[in-house]
Amino acid sequence: MAELGHDATSHAPPREMPEMELPHGHSFWTTYVFSQDAKTIAIQYSVTAISVGLLAMVLSILIRLQLGFPNTFSLIDPSAYLQYVTMHGMIMVVYLLTALFLGGFGNYFIPLMIGARDMAFPYLNMLSFWFYFVSVLVLIASFFVPGGPTGAGWTLYPPQLISEGTPGIHGGVILMMVSLGIFIVGFTMGGLNYIVTILQYRTRGMTLMRLPLTIWGIFLATMLALLAFPALLVAALMVLLDHLAGTSFFMPAMFSMGEQLPHEGGSPLLFQHLFWFFGHPEVYIVALPAFGVVSDILATHARRNIFGYRMMVWALVAIGGLSFVVWAHHMYVSGMNPYFGFLFATTTLIIAVPTAIKVYNWVLTLWHGNIRLTVPMLFAIGFIFTFINGGMSGLFLGNVALDVPLADTYFVVGHFHMVMAVAPVMTIYAAIYHWYPKITGRMLHEGMGKIHFWVTFIGAYSIFYPMHYLGLMGVPRRYFAWGETAPFIGDDVVMLNAVISIAAIAVAAAQLLFIYNLIRSRKHGEEAGPNPWQATTLEWQTEHTPPTHGNFGKELPVVYRWAYDYSVPGTKYDYIPQNVPPEEVEMAEPAAGAAKT
Amino acid sequence: MTITLVFLAALLAFFLGWVLSRTVNVEPWVADGGSINDHLPEILTTPRVGLAIFLAVASSVFALSISAYHMRMDWGPDWLSVPSPALLWVNTVILVLGSLALQWSWNAARRDDPAGRRRWLYVGGALTCAFFVGQILVWRDLTAAGYYVTANPANSFFYFMTGLHALHLLGGLVAWVRTVKRDRDDTPSDVVCTSVELCTIYWHYLLVIWFILFALLLTT
Ligand code: HEM
Ligand SMILES: [Cu+2]
Repeated sequence: MAELGHDATSHAPPREMPEMELPHGHSFWTTYVFSQDAKTIAIQYSVTAISVGLLAMVLSILIRLQLGFPNTFSLIDPSAYLQYVTMHGMIMVVYLLTALFLGGFGNYFIPLMIGARDMAFPYLNMLSFWFYFVSVLVLIASFFVPGGPTGAGWTLYPPQLISEGTPGIHGGVILMMVSLGIFIVGFTMGGLNYIVTILQYRTRGMTLMRLPLTIWGIFLATMLALLAFPALLVAALMVLLDHLAGTSFFMPAMFSMGEQLPHEGGSPLLFQHLFWFFGHPEVYIVALPAFGVVSDILATHARRNIFGYRMMVWALVAIGGLSFVVWAHHMYVSGMNPYFGFLFATTTLIIAVPTAIKVYNWVLTLWHGNIRLTVPMLFAIGFIFTFINGGMSGLFLGNVALDVPLADTYFVVGHFHMVMAVAPVMTIYAAIYHWYPKITGRMLHEGMGKIHFWVTFIGAYSIFYPMHYLGLMGVPRRYFAWGETAPFIGDDVVMLNAVISIAAIAVAAAQLLFIYNLIRSRKHGEEAGPNPWQATTLEWQTEHTPPTHGNFGKELPVVYRWAYDYSVPGTKYDYIPQNVPPEEVEMAEPAAGAAKT
Repeated sequence: MTITLVFLAALLAFFLGWVLSRTVNVEPWVADGGSINDHLPEILTTPRVGLAIFLAVASSVFALSISAYHMRMDWGPDWLSVPSPALLWVNTVILVLGSLALQWSWNAARRDDPAGRRRWLYVGGALTCAFFVGQILVWRDLTAAGYYVTANPANSFFYFMTGLHALHLLGGLVAWVRTVKRDRDDTPSDVVCTSVELCTIYWHYLLVIWFILFALLLTT
């Protein structure tokens, strides 16, 4: 290996990775259902996540129908409304985004991009998916128990979570908690795999600083998730005990109809601390992989190296670390020591620094780039716009004085949908359009993709931009109807609500077009070839497209460079794959005429 | 949340040191064929790294529970501490012995002494089961003495945290059963050795957690 060492004395030769034993499937069941191939597991994760995501989308349409056209749909009563809101929020955040980014993208890309044959613990990996699958089934089951699913909001705040008057306080709450518990256990199994695989199974030459940013994002997000989900687990266990065993972790003494309820001495604030200790990092569990994916897609489709790679890595680490010390900005109105409010406002605003670095670096990557406006690129640019917008309103909400009047209004709904709904979803689409050719061997239909993009982009802005205005007008969130305050609500608000709902229906329709595109292109898409975007990362250099079990041919690839050798001056092509050794790089012909001068 | 934050800060400091040491002086844009070796040191084998990550997750669970315990304790005058029955000391000793037995099993495994490995593996498992019985007795006695789960937040926390510890140990016992199975069929001895090793580390870890929980219950 000496020839690989730049300076053999100071740099230890890269460790030879032992060949993995791959648990090949032998029957239909072990090949397609209980598969231990990370790529199959990734697809199982993705299909499940997108399916529940569609359910959550339908719920959001039901919510919007009620808000846009009140008193029109008798199907939606106040309880059902709250249940839709709760399930919509929880499914989107946990069961769609977390599962898709980490379980779906993580499983597919980690082994391929770091040059490994599979995950470190394939069996655990398979279990991880099945736990997730069961958690989804349990969650869906809550629609069918008496009383229906919980309607306490995705934040699940006690005491109302388990107090009479909130929908779904019997079976619904219990199933929700059980489902979250199963999800967390399953995620832990998967997360262990992602981390260990990245640490141990990078191929020769794939140093930390040569990892594509997608991998950095998934790696750090997994770490956040592994450390943050326990908070939700502890909270869920305590809620179950309060509910079933009669303890009072979170339930204070309460009187109802002149009678004292059995609980006494619990603290609802304790729940909020635990919940947001998970809840805020959760935002970054979704955002960090998105940052990574967008960085790689921008570099590939702008044919430029990512600007400030090391800065990008450090910014990811910094954001990940800081995300653990800002949780109480969700609790400004819950009552806290003013000094704490100040502290948390400060830490919150500090996160803007590494985040801004990332945004500048993305923009600088595009600067002078040879931008190809492909569908993935459109979505990636859409992400940048949306993320900046959402980040801006976050600066308002991060300040205590501004948050107090804005809390629990539609301003908040507008804000978090921009940053953690629209922006990550844009990234998911960018990623699917980008990698679908590798996963299936065929391109997605470009025309449909463009329609999908523009309807989604413009539609999302028509939905969520006006919500900020509604919030400033004081329209509260989680309200089925305005009741006696209706006379104070202006006509503009009523009209805007109708417009938003129509836009939401249009956006939903565009997603169906996307699903159609996914299914249709599987058989009828244009042949993609191994590397349609002329990208540098290892997954595009596999022998087969789609890659077979084991990913690479007989030999694992050796990595000689980072993932961003685009448009290197003096070379013939505008990209050099990571596994091309320096001496095999083809140089450009000297320009005609250069010899004469 | 102070305890959790201290725990996280320690992890983060460790991680930052590692990342920075491998990234500061690196010029990622230079293609040089070779590369520095930034894999983890050899002694961190893949199963060990896996276990370490899992222990970080478990620590997060315990740190958060302890934080919650403290927060709740500081908030109300209604907190009435649970007495610590003498039996808890006995259980602690049993747990220590269990850990030692597994350690011996591991030592034997490394010496390639399958008989010793198996003997101490069984002893370790038996002691762990004894610990379980002891804990159940403690819970029963406390309940009989009127310290119901629901009687006071301190009680709820006592049962919650000891229960959480017991659950983790129960998970350990599942791994132990699998190890015993491997020990009895013809699994290659290095694989069995790894299993024994992982069990041992996990037991030591849970012992430390038990010390922390027990100290917490004794002092508050
Ligand atoms: C089709 C696009 C979407 C529409 C039209 C939509 C609409 C809505 C509406 C109307 C609410 C209720 C707000 C309230 O009254 O408080 C809501 C809540 C919420 N949405 Fe969405 N949403 C969409 C996509 C998403 C996505 C992709 C996410 C993923 C993060 C998401 C996360 C949430 C969350 C966390 C809540 C809060 C639930 C709660 O208050 O408990 N939404 N959404
Ligand atoms: Cu937050």
